[in-house]
Amino acid sequence: MTEAGTVTWLAQHEARLAWRDWAWLLSGGRRRRGYKVVLGLLAFVIFLHGLAYLTLTRSADLASPPDKRLLVTLAGILLLYWSLMLSQAMEAVTRAFYARGDLELILSSPASAGRLCAVRIGAMAISIAAMSLAFSAPAINVLAWLGGVRWLAAYAVVTALAMAAVAISVMLTIALFRAIGPKRTRLVAQIVAAVIGASFVIGVQFVAILSVGTPSRVALFQSQVVIDHAPDTGSFWWLPVDAAMGNGPALIVVLAVGALALAGAICFCAPRFGELALAAGGVAQSPPPSHGRAASFHPKSPGQALRRKEWTLLVRDPWLMSQSLMQLLYLLPPFFLLARSFYGKGHSVALLVPVLIMAAGQLAGGLAWLAISGEDAPDLIASAPVTPTRVWRAKAEAVAGAVGLVFGPIVILLAIADPMLAAATLLGITVAGASATMIQFWFRAQVKRSLFRRRHVSSRIATFAEALSSITWAGAGALVIISLWPAVVAGAVALAILAGAWMLSRKRQ
Amino acid sequence: MTQVLSSLALEIRGLAKQFDRLAVDGLDLAVRAGEFYTLLGPNGAGKTTTLRMATGLLRPDRGSIKIFDIDVLADPVAAKQIMAWLSDEPMIYDRLTPLEYLYFVAGLWGVASDIAEARARDLIAWLGLATYANERCESLSKGTRQKVALAGALVHEPRLIILDEPFTGLDAASARLVKNVLRDRVTQGCSVIMTTHILDVAERMADRIGVMSAGRLVAEGTLEELRRQAGSGHASLEDTFLALVETDTARESIAA
Repeated sequence: MTEAGTVTWLAQHEARLAWRDWAWLLSGGRRRRGYKVVLGLLAFVIFLHGLAYLTLTRSADLASPPDKRLLVTLAGILLLYWSLMLSQAMEAVTRAFYARGDLELILSSPASAGRLCAVRIGAMAISIAAMSLAFSAPAINVLAWLGGVRWLAAYAVVTALAMAAVAISVMLTIALFRAIGPKRTRLVAQIVAAVIGASFVIGVQFVAILSVGTPSRVALFQSQVVIDHAPDTGSFWWLPVDAAMGNGPALIVVLAVGALALAGAICFCAPRFGELALAAGGVAQSPPPSHGRAASFHPKSPGQALRRKEWTLLVRDPWLMSQSLMQLLYLLPPFFLLARSFYGKGHSVALLVPVLIMAAGQLAGGLAWLAISGEDAPDLIASAPVTPTRVWRAKAEAVAGAVGLVFGPIVILLAIADPMLAAATLLGITVAGASATMIQFWFRAQVKRSLFRRRHVSSRIATFAEALSSITWAGAGALVIISLWPAVVAGAVALAILAGAWMLSRKRQ
Repeated sequence: MTQVLSSLALEIRGLAKQFDRLAVDGLDLAVRAGEFYTLLGPNGAGKTTTLRMATGLLRPDRGSIKIFDIDVLADPVAAKQIMAWLSDEPMIYDRLTPLEYLYFVAGLWGVASDIAEARARDLIAWLGLATYANERCESLSKGTRQKVALAGALVHEPRLIILDEPFTGLDAASARLVKNVLRDRVTQGCSVIMTTHILDVAERMADRIGVMSAGRLVAEGTLEELRRQAGSGHASLEDTFLALVETDTARESIAA
């Protein structure tokens, strides 16, 4: 039996909790659904492999020695992937410091805080590597099929990238702690995570719009301009790509750099972990921010009170703010495209319609989930002299108001450029937002907001239906520009998805 | 001390609720207007379930509930308009300030904003919350949060206040403050129904005490009346309460 308090013992404890959390996430807490979950996962894995095969089968000869075009494309994709890993790692590190959970229990015990730090950072690296590998596995497997087993080395490269991402996130968070204090670090780290996650994607889209006239990243990576400016093959810069393609020495270097970075971060953080965690914990105990704006919070009716409350809580939720900021950042390239079109330098403004509809559906779904299912005082609302219908309506209005605030200005600008497109966009945003809100209403739960992220309370059917509905409405929006009838068909499909979601929600009750 | 009013603040007839087991079993209960009524009972006796049904938070399987002659099941909105519910877990929003919370609650009950502001500021001062008035609730202590929640229950001036274990987590000074506030409301004509495990509080504050066991009301009355029901030799409420509950448990066992 493992001795209590050792790294192995703590790692076993973390692994048990992670496994149960994961099993709960997949099975929805129902023990007898194991085989269904396995079947579902298997079907999903086969689907992803099929998708990867269809995408990669038309690529260049993957078995031959790589040319510069392939190196640039792979490096771009790896960099893109790594920026997302870094964003995830920043999120995970912030949560490790700030989420109380069992931290106070362990820190109040004689167990070493340093060992706990090592285990938690290691667990983060494993979790981010596992998630990244799960998403990249179909592509890697298909690459190995088409181009030879050497491509399996990409698994190790993804793992090394995850280790490096966690190491950098740990060091960045500690630097933020030192520079701006634990109180501001929580918000700033989440915003940094959102910006890192979005910046590379957005940056590439900006450059793509400017250079090749479309927001397509692949088009940019394969453009002659980028290839001409890229380092020559054999350069040090291609080391991760060489490693991913099975170059042994390059692979050893990449893995060593990743492992050393992670070990360095653990060694640096371990002696400080207790102190940092206590400082982060002290944020909750310290006097909260004081301001004199309460006088403006004067609702005149129950509906207005509920709307104001929702808006105030949404604005004061740092996690939601960082997520919304990311969604807004993703809107910048389409906005840029619109601006260019407005000044007569491009003709791709129609591309905006599906992008905006999709983004509106996603934003509305996220906000609706928080507003409808997240209620810190359910008894207060239930004991108030307001009918449930009025409560739900006010919450939906709060969501609609927030979506309108974000997309309203863009639609107005679009109306100046092209009134018909603006009308189609407005209609699409309205139906996509309403559909997402309705889906979240049908699959509503009752959970405190503070418990939302760790308990995985969102229904997977709702998440899937919401995404599918937004995509279909976006498709209808794109088709309406070309021809009315295909758009009507797509709209009918979206309505069928809604009807299906409604029936499933009834069955669930 | 108790004002004599014609109507009943709460009238429950044949109330029943079953979960995995029977939680409330054909309960009859009447609380007079202007009365301070305390409901006692061991854990799982059905006190909280009864009060949650009375406030419209839980639908009974059968029975009727009236608040000042308003049928809670037929017209819940009208009934809720004149009552307040305060649970042992403070129902407040971490990211609102106490003042914003009170304005929000006032808005829910449709109180005009100028009146709400005056009442909120009075309550904030009265409950010693002025220091925290514009600070978010997320880092307030449990006792302070409970006082904020109590202020929320009072801001719309309900005719009936229903409280479930309101003294949980309160320090001595805060508990005394809350007792004074509740007593003061009763003096002004408000009715209060409260569950508690602190028998001393019930003994000192209640006009009448109801004792529940296994979903039924096993005894009811003033402290003197309860002592008589429990039999001689029970000086304190604690002795009386234990004797009543034990008698009922023994009766249940024999019946089973």
